Amino acid sequence: MIDKRFDLAAAVADVKDGATVLVGGFGAAGSPIELLHALIDQGAKRLTIVSNNTGSGNVGLAALIKHGRVAKAICSFPRTANSTVFQDKYRAGEIELELVPQGTLAERLRAGGAGIPAFYTATGAGTRLAEGKETRRFGDREFVLEYGLRADFALIKCRRADRLGNLVYNKTARNFAPIMAIAAATTIVQTESYVEAGEIDPEVVVTPGVFVDRIVTIPNAAQESTLVAAGASYP
Amino acid sequence: MSETTQRSMGWSRREIARNIARDIPDGSVVNLGIGMPELVASCIPPDREVLFHTENGLLGMGPPPQPGEADPELINAGKQPVTAIPGAAYFHHADSFAMVRGGHIDICVLGAMQVSERGDLANWSMGEGDAAPAVGGAMDLVAGVRTIFIAMTHCASDGTPKIVERCTYPLTGAAVVSRIYTDLAILEVRAGELGVVELAPGVDFATLQRQTQAKLVMPRVPRTA
Repeated sequence: MIDKRFDLAAAVADVKDGATVLVGGFGAAGSPIELLHALIDQGAKRLTIVSNNTGSGNVGLAALIKHGRVAKAICSFPRTANSTVFQDKYRAGEIELELVPQGTLAERLRAGGAGIPAFYTATGAGTRLAEGKETRRFGDREFVLEYGLRADFALIKCRRADRLGNLVYNKTARNFAPIMAIAAATTIVQTESYVEAGEIDPEVVVTPGVFVDRIVTIPNAAQESTLVAAGASYP
Repeated sequence: MSETTQRSMGWSRREIARNIARDIPDGSVVNLGIGMPELVASCIPPDREVLFHTENGLLGMGPPPQPGEADPELINAGKQPVTAIPGAAYFHHADSFAMVRGGHIDICVLGAMQVSERGDLANWSMGEGDAAPAVGGAMDLVAGVRTIFIAMTHCASDGTPKIVERCTYPLTGAAVVSRIYTDLAILEVRAGELGVVELAPGVDFATLQRQTQAKLVMPRVPRTA
């Protein structure tokens, strides 16, 4: 019988040093705080993190970076009004940054997850972010070659999950989660609620269970924005 | 920012937003950048239906929530709480940027650090050394959205012209801007030259040209307000 439920600590136990980890969320919305804190407790180092931002305050992704676990960040906007954690590490030369336009980051994940090794896009053509990349003209426009992105793990958050791993999200907390789920060898989901197979209408499933490996039920999950407003830090 | 920055000459931030809103046709799908562009949403004439897209996964973005009703999982690209209008749709980032990069968004309004006379846009980096750069979705928007409007002050706060022959800051996109809406004028990029569409009250062509580092062209029949 298929049952993808895991305990929190067990779900992240095999993340090895040097792993590439996709982290869902856009700003605070959709950030898998409990999974990130479990990863801090687990201790993996030299991680490459793929995420739109680099966390805020001193919790979640920002805390993972602050504790020196991240060697490289692949992201589009490593800046937040209320966090200097990433910027401080970057200035000190303690973290590498691969800056990727947001749509290119999304498409690299989608392509990676769909078995497409590379694609051409107009985004970034003629800019500093295309320097050193292959370009090709189609019609009268220049396009930049970008590579699909795959990872060892994805840490994402959803609203509801069933035993088979079918997922439904909550509003704009969906953001990168569905395309990270398809791009990781092992996709770990924290869900607000767990339901039996059949309780999610197949017509509204956003991420089909085949893309999901581990489900951790975390009711009343912490909201990153609430923790940051309260001045919390982890651990 | 408040209206207190209003000057004796030219348009206020709110009036700039109103000028942009006037040029957004009924039925348009529009993406608004962070800052002054956000003011455009509340300036759309009531007889027009305009759908707002925010690249973090919502089409049909509504106004900010009432106090106490903010949902931390319902935000805009500027990471501020918003609402969803009846008929709104949520989607993931690849779908959101398929809308952007696939040419499905009609108009995008962005701020700018510099715009060149051929419509090159610089709005993501000052090029300084040690701060980590951040680009977000700006390069995708200018590459994929058909019409790019710029909302900005005509000059930087120290008086340096922002409309230039060639951008000195790193480009967001080359030849992507259609129109520039500033406190002093509305300008249009056409065939590599900058035409004046409308002058703000109290601004004459010579004054505008002095505050612009690119050559401006005055059309024979300027639009009246």
